[in-house]
Amino acid sequence: MILLLKIWQSSLGKKYIMALSGGAMLLFVLGHMAGNLQFFLAPTYINAYGHFLQTTPEILWTSRIGLLVMVGLHIAAAISLTISNRAARPIGYSGGLSAQGSTLAARTMIWSGLIVASFIVYHLLHYTLTLPQVNGYQVFAGEAMDFDGLVEPKTGYHDIFAMIVLGFKIPVVSGFYLLSVGLLSIHLGHGVASMFQSLGLRSYAWWPRIAALARVLSVVIFVGYASIPVSVLLGRGSDYVNEVRTSGKPAHVSPTSHSPSK
Amino acid sequence: MKVQLKVWRQKNRNTSGKFVTYESPDLNPNMSFLEMLDVVNESLASRSEEPIAFDHDCREGICGTCSLVINGKPHGPHKGVATCQTYMRSFKDGDQIVVEPFRAKAFPLVKDLVVDRKAFDRIQQKGGFISVRTGSAPDANSIPVPKENSDLAMDAAQCIGCGACVAACKNASAMLFVSAKVSHLGLLPQGQPERFRRVKAMVDQMDEEGFGACTVTGSCEAVCPKSISLDFIARMNRDYLVALAKGESKKPAAGGV
Repeated sequence: MILLLKIWQSSLGKKYIMALSGGAMLLFVLGHMAGNLQFFLAPTYINAYGHFLQTTPEILWTSRIGLLVMVGLHIAAAISLTISNRAARPIGYSGGLSAQGSTLAARTMIWSGLIVASFIVYHLLHYTLTLPQVNGYQVFAGEAMDFDGLVEPKTGYHDIFAMIVLGFKIPVVSGFYLLSVGLLSIHLGHGVASMFQSLGLRSYAWWPRIAALARVLSVVIFVGYASIPVSVLLGRGSDYVNEVRTSGKPAHVSPTSHSPSK
Repeated sequence: MKVQLKVWRQKNRNTSGKFVTYESPDLNPNMSFLEMLDVVNESLASRSEEPIAFDHDCREGICGTCSLVINGKPHGPHKGVATCQTYMRSFKDGDQIVVEPFRAKAFPLVKDLVVDRKAFDRIQQKGGFISVRTGSAPDANSIPVPKENSDLAMDAAQCIGCGACVAACKNASAMLFVSAKVSHLGLLPQGQPERFRRVKAMVDQMDEEGFGACTVTGSCEAVCPKSISLDFIARMNRDYLVALAKGESKKPAAGGV
């Protein structure tokens, strides 16, 4: 307990917290991306995956609670560090501070992070809690849309595939998603490398490789996530959605009414 | 050549300061930046004006006394040199040059361009030494030191403690200074017995002085007159982590002092 308090009170300790919680969230970002990329297979794959997660609370809730703790730690440490960093220079320079070898990504981590955090709140309301008020259909398409009513015709599972297609059909929603994924990849371009630095896992020999890993990951993450809304806007899944919306409505089988076969 | 100087003037910590613009007398382009300030000060003194206060000592780039943020960069436009080895030929005739003190809460202003960098001394006093007599120079190779370690230790030991890293960092962080001081002893056999106690004590004092934390922007490395590498900050982070994990050292048994 005293050790934890010491870690929190030290500036280096808070950087360890930033690095470890950031690393855990990076693993989630990669896992979530892998799950999402099933969108490019037949609709049954991602729907079965979604059903599997929904009916396996051990995995679902362990990762949800774990992530919530990581997000909380990451943001709390970031805000606390930012406050003490600002306080460390009460009087600034006349022309502001010139870049001096630093990148824009490095200097704006708190902002890219906070914007991504606010996006995540929206993203959860949009696709996890599926609030009809936030999916943009009422405002931009002039009709109501409830993602909960989307049911895969063959299995009766909640139709994740159709939800993704319909969700990203609204250009403003896709635009915010692309912007946030862009900021996330900029954040990680600096963050992944800094994670190794903060934990001391760096040497003269390894630094170029760590920096390269950070750049590659940030590009892979951007392309992996951005490909989904872009492909929807280019027309992927339109025919399938029409089929689901015409056939699925009357049946209206809620996914939870299927007792999990355990 | 002549330049226009826009200099921060502040009588003391309790008064507010402002920029004042001066036209320099005719300058030799091969003067150092500090010699230029001497010339400007002479002309100020001859007009019975208060000369500009600035820190300087060896003027050969090894003492770490000179400071100044010149046109937004500590130690002027070049890489790997201190203000004293920045020459007027690096500027053009008629240029306006903005000169400011190092800005950080832990470096309170004394007067004009002079700031109090005793925070660095206090960090050093917490562990930037070894507590045993090392005697006179030992025979060569009587204590084996791997070549790469002695090279790295020498790189770290180049730190002259000028504080440019703090001045350049967006967080006014002293990590580069502290990491250099921690590493140059931590890399050598003589520094091993106190290695983890040292890093703990110096980092804790650094936090107490009110320096910011590291965001790994690399600005410190870019402005360091001795080009000290960010690698040392990683090394310090690693040592501090080990120090935290080890915990406090055992209390001496009863009777021990």
